[in-house]
Amino acid sequence: MDIDNLVRMANRIGDYFAAYPDQAEAQAAIAKHIQMFWTPQMRRELLACVAQGSEGGETHGLHTLVADAARKHLAQPATTGG
Amino acid sequence: MTIFREPDYGTPKRTSSEMVTLVIDGDSVTVPAGTSVMRAAELAGTRIPKLCATDSLEPFGSCRLCLVEIEGRRGYPASCTTPVEAGMVVRTQSAKLAELRRGVMELYISDHPLDCLTCSANGNCELQDMAGVVGLREVRYGMEGRNHFDKASAVAPDVSNPYFAYDPAKCIVCNRCVRACEEIQGTFALTISGRGFDSRVAAGTNQPFLESECVSCGACVQACPTATLMEKSVIQMGQAEKSLITTCAYCGVGCSFKAEVKGNEVVRMVPHKDGKANMGHSCVKGRFAWGYATHPDRITTPMIRNTIDEPWRKVSWEEAINHAANEFRAIQAKYGRGAVGGITSSRCTNEETYLVQKLVRAAFGNNNVDTCARVCHSPTGYGLKQTLGESAGTQTFESVLQADVVMVIGANPTEGHPVFGSLLKRRLREGAKLIVIDPRSIELVKTPHVQADYHLKLMPGTNVAIANALAHVIVTEGLANEAFVAERCEDAAFRQWKEFVSRPENAPEATAAITGVPAEAVRGAARLYATAGNGAIYYGLGVTEHSQGSTMVMAIANLAMVTGNVGRMGVGVNPLRGQNNVQGSCDMGSFPHELPGYRHVSDSTTRGLFEAAWGVSIDPEPGLRIPNMFEAALDGSFLGIYIEGEDIAQSDPNTQHVEAALRRMECVVVQDIFLNETAKYAHVFLPGASFLEKDGTFTNAERRISRVRKVMPPLAGMADWEVTCALSKALGYPMDYAHPSEIMDEIARLTPTFHGVSFDKIDALGSIQWPCNDEAPDGTPIMHVDHFVRGKGRFMLTAYVPTDERANKRYPLLLTTGRILSQYNVGAQTRRTANVVWHAEDRLEIHPHDAEERGIADGDWVGVASRAGDTVLRATVTGRVQPGVVYTTFHFPESGANVITTDNSDWATNCPEYKVTAVQVVKVSQPSDWQQRHRDFSARQQAYLKGQRQPGKDRVDA
Ligand code: SF4
Ligand code: SF4
Ligand code: SF4
Ligand code: FES
Repeated sequence: MDIDNLVRMANRIGDYFAAYPDQAEAQAAIAKHIQMFWTPQMRRELLACVAQGSEGGETHGLHTLVADAARKHLAQPATTGG
Repeated sequence: MTIFREPDYGTPKRTSSEMVTLVIDGDSVTVPAGTSVMRAAELAGTRIPKLCATDSLEPFGSCRLCLVEIEGRRGYPASCTTPVEAGMVVRTQSAKLAELRRGVMELYISDHPLDCLTCSANGNCELQDMAGVVGLREVRYGMEGRNHFDKASAVAPDVSNPYFAYDPAKCIVCNRCVRACEEIQGTFALTISGRGFDSRVAAGTNQPFLESECVSCGACVQACPTATLMEKSVIQMGQAEKSLITTCAYCGVGCSFKAEVKGNEVVRMVPHKDGKANMGHSCVKGRFAWGYATHPDRITTPMIRNTIDEPWRKVSWEEAINHAANEFRAIQAKYGRGAVGGITSSRCTNEETYLVQKLVRAAFGNNNVDTCARVCHSPTGYGLKQTLGESAGTQTFESVLQADVVMVIGANPTEGHPVFGSLLKRRLREGAKLIVIDPRSIELVKTPHVQADYHLKLMPGTNVAIANALAHVIVTEGLANEAFVAERCEDAAFRQWKEFVSRPENAPEATAAITGVPAEAVRGAARLYATAGNGAIYYGLGVTEHSQGSTMVMAIANLAMVTGNVGRMGVGVNPLRGQNNVQGSCDMGSFPHELPGYRHVSDSTTRGLFEAAWGVSIDPEPGLRIPNMFEAALDGSFLGIYIEGEDIAQSDPNTQHVEAALRRMECVVVQDIFLNETAKYAHVFLPGASFLEKDGTFTNAERRISRVRKVMPPLAGMADWEVTCALSKALGYPMDYAHPSEIMDEIARLTPTFHGVSFDKIDALGSIQWPCNDEAPDGTPIMHVDHFVRGKGRFMLTAYVPTDERANKRYPLLLTTGRILSQYNVGAQTRRTANVVWHAEDRLEIHPHDAEERGIADGDWVGVASRAGDTVLRATVTGRVQPGVVYTTFHFPESGANVITTDNSDWATNCPEYKVTAVQVVKVSQPSDWQQRHRDFSARQQAYLKGQRQPGKDRVDA
């Protein structure tokens, strides 16, 4: 899917949870939200973008809070299903 | 079956803890204090003749037909206006009373045409009945005196309203219509003009009905005891033979109707007096705009085609369904199991919606199912679940009658939910306070006998800032209901929230710069809501359809919790649902992450339950949401879709994006009653059935499950649930049901909140509000009474995050959208009725200031452009909108309102941000490019419907 769009959606989720003073809580909540509502394919693409960012590549503007949340809490989905 | 007439007790029911016993015609009767003698008599089985009284209206005491004798009292008091007293001894029949009543009737009849045999009310006329009851045999005054009906004096009937006629010659000036318009509808369109003999009913300022402020709700027609105000359909077809109780298929009020029929033809739809959602009232849509069901545009034969650039081919049901199934299976074989999905609609019954998600989950084998609630109330589902624990409104509609202060946020009840709007207005006339939070001056802000105490006219997109400011005032001024919060809510979350809203950036003085609302007004409104007694919040799509829709829903729940306004009559959090079955379609598991009853697909216990019942394994991962489906289609990974009753090409934002996605798909199957905009992109068309053609249930905004009953056979031969079953069977997953009631039985078995629901039970109780199970066998009118569904209520933080859609140099105005009373959503139904006399086109409302700056005059054609696209509409220059804001409705496809709206969406649910689009408006002289293309494309698709190919124009993209 259009990665810019996915990043925009992820950042918006991040914007909401950023209000929570406890960063760890916010990150866990961001990851949980994405886990609950995004398809495996969308999560895979987001994780790929995060990984790319970790290696100094293009992040498409993904906020650090969201990238950290994904790195820490978002598991690579099994390959089954779309 | 015969026609069902509800008893009329003459005067409204009174409730009182004090009971009064009296004697009527020798029998002892006990009734609540305040009851009229007339009602008491009727309850005891004694009918007193009456004309000006009816139990939907307060008594008026003008006809003098209901006279009785009361021991110890002089004269003959009117029983309708006389309240019962303890020990009263009443006589309803005597020689003297009979003589007096005959005298009254004689006077009436002497000025009434004696054409009963040819009158449209023949067989259903109270005047006729009363003449019979009092034994009128002659009219001593003759019929030649001064009158209103003979050739010389009769005034021509007013037939300006498309649905009912007013024939003053038959009027007995009983005032029932005037009172109905005031008390029930709250429009005050009617008066009695003139005096004595000259008095007659007048609409507006003696205007034809159509030109007056009449909103055609039909309450006056219903109240009229004679043929004076009469449905044109009855005038044309005569009185019906039988009646059935069913539910309106338009808005989320879910009015109960008596469909009066002759054979298979509807004669009229009459609001059902015992319907608990509407209590005998209706609006112009449900009452009159049902003619679309038999409109010639209905498609009644299945059709298929290979590409959308070729004519349709009419085929048998079998061929169409097999073709669709083969296509879906081929796409899955080629691109994977997840390459297909389905969309259900809030216009479908619960049973139909349930079947579509079952087909997607069991036969397609994925979770790619979504419903149109995605684009309206998905944030309600999310936000209320997070805070209160259940994705539903907390009250009954009737609850508003006990509210002391009502806050209406981003909703326009008198247009969008008219019957609730009337109920609300009634409560406001009784003295309840009103706070309106809306960028526009909606009707409620100022309407006869109603004026908002506060109208917080905020800039679109700043709801959350206002809600936080309200909370700030409540918390910092010590107005919180600490006892309620301590007992009912999570402490840590509350303390965190309290700290958050108390911050200076949430003070109304600080948010004023964002919202444009003066701090004093916000402070006043907050104090009023927190301290006036029962506080009830009603909200609509002006809350949900924002990038912070879910945040705002949670902010609303926070406000209700912090003031203790949850869990009893008169309070609560009340989402006004757009369509009749928004609540139901969400309940039925049509979201891609949830099984029926709002249980996440990753929950293995729930999955196990459904897997055992369905005999398949269910994908534990969430599927695609509607906007994700479009993205995936453009990606080439989602290529087949089964759409039941939904018109995404018109109703979803960024039309050109949607059209491109649809064009990309290999198999689009549309099941609908008309060739809607989406069907123009379809490869298989399966003709659907209207609500008059099927059995099932709808669940309204109060969680009330009501029956939809079949009054005529499906025009295309199959009901929608049967079509889904057939498609599933062709896909190799047979579903066997003999009747929709069996589908409901399955839902009840598998869903804890529905355990007690069945068609039989609904028939017995009239309607049921879920949860309905062992703990609540008769349903649950008010939720969260002793504790929240999630245990303790949870305050959620709601920081204001401005939307990306901001006014800028290029697009300096903010467009917001809404609907109008007479038209319904995409308009596919109402545009095909006489309702177009009220609203034949979508217009752009623009403030005089902004109009002048652009040289725009009322009625000019204006181009409206956003970053997504542009369209052309006619301008209405009005102060209803504030400077910097423009507004339009979206009922006509050619308006292209959604060509302009963007794909910005709610962070939690992807509900599109319809309510805020940055636009520029300029005066133009011709339609937009999109409109021209759309016109060509539509003409071409219409031709394909007739099986023609237009020469020379082989492919026209819209
Ligand atoms: S139709 Fe409704 S609004 Fe119109 S006059 Fe009658 S009661 Fe009033
Ligand atoms: S129009 Fe009907 S309801 Fe109204 S005053 Fe005349 S008879 Fe009564
Ligand atoms: S559209 Fe809504 S208010 Fe009007 S009759 Fe139907 S359910 Fe009732
Ligand atoms: S019915 Fe009582 S005065 Fe008319």
